Order: sequence, then C-alpha cells, then structure tokens
Amino acid sequence: MKSKITKKFEELKGKDQKALITYITAGDPTIKDTEELVYSMEKAGADIIELGIPYSDPLADGPVIQRAAQRALENHINIDDIFEMVKRIRKNTEIPLAFLLYYNSILRYGIEKFIENCRESGMDGLIIADLPLEERIGFKSALKDTGVDLIPLVAPTSRERIKNIVEGSGGFIYCVSSLGVTGTRSSFSEDIEEFLGTVAKYTDVPRAIGFGISNPDAIRQLKGYCEGVIVGSAIIKKIEEGIKDGTHVSKVQEFVSELKSAVLE
Amino acid sequence: MDDKYALKSRFGKYGGQYVPETLMTALIELEREYEKAIKDEGFIKEFRYYLKEYSGRPTPLYFAENLTKKLGGGKVYLKREDLNHTGAHKINNVIGQVLLAKRMGKKRIIAETGAGQHGVATATICAMFDLPCEVYMGKEDVERQALNVFKMELLGSKVVPVTSGTQTLKDATNEAIRDWVSNVDDTYYVIGSVVGPHPYPTMVRDFQRIIGDEARAQVLEKEGRLPDYLIACVGGGSNAMGLFYPFIEDKDVSIIGVEAAGEGVDTEKHAASITKGSLGIIHGMMTYLLQDDYGQILPAHSVSAGLDYPGIGPEHAYLHDTGRVSYVSVTDDEALDAFQMLSKLEGIIPALESSHALAHLVKMAPKTKKGDVIIVNLSGRGDKDVYQVAEILGGRKDEK
Repeated sequence: MKSKITKKFEELKGKDQKALITYITAGDPTIKDTEELVYSMEKAGADIIELGIPYSDPLADGPVIQRAAQRALENHINIDDIFEMVKRIRKNTEIPLAFLLYYNSILRYGIEKFIENCRESGMDGLIIADLPLEERIGFKSALKDTGVDLIPLVAPTSRERIKNIVEGSGGFIYCVSSLGVTGTRSSFSEDIEEFLGTVAKYTDVPRAIGFGISNPDAIRQLKGYCEGVIVGSAIIKKIEEGIKDGTHVSKVQEFVSELKSAVLE
Repeated sequence: MDDKYALKSRFGKYGGQYVPETLMTALIELEREYEKAIKDEGFIKEFRYYLKEYSGRPTPLYFAENLTKKLGGGKVYLKREDLNHTGAHKINNVIGQVLLAKRMGKKRIIAETGAGQHGVATATICAMFDLPCEVYMGKEDVERQALNVFKMELLGSKVVPVTSGTQTLKDATNEAIRDWVSNVDDTYYVIGSVVGPHPYPTMVRDFQRIIGDEARAQVLEKEGRLPDYLIACVGGGSNAMGLFYPFIEDKDVSIIGVEAAGEGVDTEKHAASITKGSLGIIHGMMTYLLQDDYGQILPAHSVSAGLDYPGIGPEHAYLHDTGRVSYVSVTDDEALDAFQMLSKLEGIIPALESSHALAHLVKMAPKTKKGDVIIVNLSGRGDKDVYQVAEILGGRKDEK
C-alpha cells in the first residue's frame, strides 16, 4: 500500500513540482493553535507537514525549536493530546503528516501502542532524530505493513553509510543540508550537489533537504538538487513573533505562501 | 585486551548509539582509532607516563585505622584518588582521551561538566598539550561553582554557560553534543563519565580501570588476599566502574555502588537512577533514567553536583540486572555526616560524591566481621565542597 506521502510526491512529480514540507512543534503554543496552523499552512501551499513531538532533551535541535518544545511542555502537552489532535485534523484534511521525534518518546510510550495509535489516528510517517541505522532494525520491522513510513535521515558525513540507510525506505529521504543542529544557516556547502547525487544513486525514493532553510532564497538555491525542501525553525520564529499579539497563525500563513512561491517559480 | 565485552556496542540491552546520523561516522572512526590505540604499546606507554609523572599515580591504598576502630567491623582501606592532580579520578580518563584526540589529529577539544571537576581536568590537560578547549556548564552550576569556573579560565579554557532546559549537567551534555554535531570534523568531545553513545562507556571504563588494577595489586600486597567488599559512589559511574571492573570475575568480592538519594528516594528530589528510574534513552545510550510517564527526562537532585545526573552508565545498568553489583542509596544528610566524620577521624576531607560511598560504609561496616577487608573509593577531595558544606551546616546552626 502506498502511503499518502508517496502519493503526494508522485502527484507533484506529475506536475513537475517540488514538495514544500513545513515543520511546527505540536502544542506550541497550544494544541488548538497547532491544529489551526496545520489548516492554514495547507491553505498557503504546504504539501506535507511535520509535527514535532516536544521533548525535554532535544539534542538534534537548535535554540529555536528547543524553545518551541519548552513552550509546549510548559502547557503539559503529551503524546496522547497530540494523537487526539491528529484524529481531529484527519476529519478535515488528508494532507500527509509525519512526526519528528526522539526515540525515548516512543520507547517510553510503548512501541506497539505508539505504532497502533499512529495508524488509528492517521499519521503517515515518522522521522526519528536519534535512531540511526544501527539501532533501527527492531523498530523498522515493527513498522512493516502498517502503512506508516520510517523516513531516514542522511547527513553530509554519512558517505558510505548512505546505501544501507536508504535501503527499503518509504516516504522520502530526509537529507540534512550541513553539519549541525536545526536552525538558520547563512550558506550551504558546495558539496551538497554531490551529496544529493550519491543519495539518488542508491534510491528512487524522493529526497527532501532540511536544516537551515529559512527563506525563499534558500529554496531557490537548493530546490534543483532534490524533490522537496523542509522549513522548520524559520516558521517557529514567525510563531514566536506573533504570539504576543495573537497574529502567529496569519504570520505563518503569509510566510508559507512566500515559500510556496519560491518553490513554484 | 582480555575484556569479555570490549568494543561491543551494548552491555546486555544497555548502551548503543542513539545519536543523530551526523555523528555516526565520527563514532565509528572513534571506535576504530581507540581500538588501534589500546593495542599500540607506544600509546599505552605514553598514557602510563602521564598518569605517573603528571598525575602522581599510583595513588595509595590507605588503611584507615581510626575509621576502622570507630566502625568496629572489617578493615577499611581508602583508595586515594583524591591525591591525583586536580583532586579526583577524573584526570585518568581525560589523559587517555586527549592523547587519543591528539593521535586522531583533532584540533579542538570540548567537554561538559557538572560541578566542574571534569571541566578542570580537561582544561588542565589541554593547557599542558596546548589545545584550545571549550567547556559546557549549566548556568546554575556556573553560579554554584565559581571557583572551578575561575580555574578553567585561568588554565586557558573557555567556559560556556548553558541556559537551556534545567541549566545543569544534563543540559550541558546536550549542548556539548550539539557543538560536536556542528564541528565534528575537527573537534574531539571528551565525555567525563562512563556514559554517552558507544564507544564512550567502554573507553572511559578502560581509562579508569587503573584504579581497580592498582587497588587489586595493593590489597594483595598488604593483605595477601582479595577484599571482601568494594564500595564506590555512582553518578554517571566512572570512578565506580574503574574500581569494580578488574574485580568483576572475582565472585567472592561483594561489590556495592552507592547512588545519591538526595532528600530521600520517596521524594521527588533524588538522583537514584537505578533505585527509582526506568528504561530509557539519554545522551545517546539506553539505560536506567529518571523520567515521567511520557519519557520527559526529570531533573535529578543531590547535594553533590557530581552525582546530580538523571541517568547512569549502561554497564552499571547491566551489572545491576545480572546482580553482580548491588546498588544502594544514601541521602544528602547521611553523606554530610560522613563528610565530617572522615575529616575529623582521618584528617582527610572527602568530596561530597565520595562521602556517599563513605556513608554507606558507616551503615554496613559494623555488620562486617573483624577480619573482613573493605575498599572504599575515595574518588575526590572535598576542597571544592567546603564552602557549600559550611553554608549548609551554618544554616542548620542558625536554625537551632
């Protein structure tokens, strides 16, 4: 069975378009806001949405997404609340959704129960920031035939590991643009073309570039090398700017529209 | 190496490498280089040279006669790790890892620190080898441990205050890992305990086993036999692993790790990861840790900053499960009593961390036989703690 993520990439390929993937942290600043943000980002042209599960120790994240997680945790958001929210979202939209999370959240919740809830609520993919190739074997087999994609991350340092990482993957390949944690970058490595080329050598699964893509210019610079671009911290910054006067949803919608224009150009 | 689980990535189900993909190539390179280094006689010779000439090893195994008489049980020996340069066992591991970093051609050193002992040891070795060093330290600890911050800066290192999360050791470790992800090409991360992703727990243990190797030879020389008991405090667990490891196969030696119970293991303020924790992942390893029902990591508490850590080294988790080592806990108050007791009886001011091991000794020694032999790891000296203890005890006098 093809996942909604796979179908979305096929649909875009037919139109000769790249995917715009947007990230927000679930529960930042509230669960209700997250639900609204999903709808408004879809309206503005997001093709796939990543929902971060807030974690106390997000060691792959920079300060912006750390603050988002802290705001959500201060409101005592937990995974059960997030699954309930996804069920509500699924009554209104079929936009592909993926969780971005840390493995301890799954382990503590219970692997089987977590996967079952993903299926039931209508989640399409999982991106686990700290579950590399060496540790994913058991989890990957538990996900088999569930219709939920395990989306692997590859980094510029992965080199000869890329072949094994992408083997048997679904959804898309999350290509980390450069060394470091999530957050804004002023420039990207010149090696990115070679890196993305190596990924394509080993898989036909679409490639999306993330980490540090913060504005339309960065999208213009990178979209030729991949099938999708991922924007996270820059969106969270718009939420931060708008929280005080309650304009965060409209600010995000406006920003995602600008990103979409750059994708479509 | 004769170690039966050397360079396996797990101890039973514990350990592993739960890190971002960006770090995996670096961990694999580290494992490979470490494996080569420990088989290289030249490397081992250099490591031993600095342990002896720079840190002052071997440290004595001191018969604490007054303490033995007072407690009225077995003979108490103290393994004097407090007599190392910089005042604790931490330097053993730092010498090993920085020599490895040099061998790997790394140009920059980073480290995390809680109370500052590992940070000071790392800053010290980097000063000697003329390597730039940045130490991540929780903002709360920066304020609590101003003297160690000054020492690190005096030694030429940069101290980076960490303001994320609980602003303590756990967050300093996250921040050091984030730095490493960003600068993995030229930077070496010196982890201070038997924690983190493989190969760190194995490597740090191997650099610390000098404690147990020496203690074993020393007790054989003094007593003509192996000890009946080993006692050490456990935060991340490197001083304990170092003492215990060479005795693991000696089934007649009872081994006891002492966790920090803070204000009590039935309160929310403790650091007893084995006694009260559950299976999870922290800092790239699977182990026991303090967490809530949704896997959010809970802040630890101990009067001793060095034990104030919500996880524990994966090999300890394994040794707990197999039953080879017993893990117990003592409270802040019990540790403070032992701190004063050793100072008065033996003229040795112990670190608050080591005072936890001593506090358990105070509880169990009277129940041992006169002929029994007990070794306590005196992992560090208490100079760093006297100001804090004076404040706590002074406060109590005022209350009375």
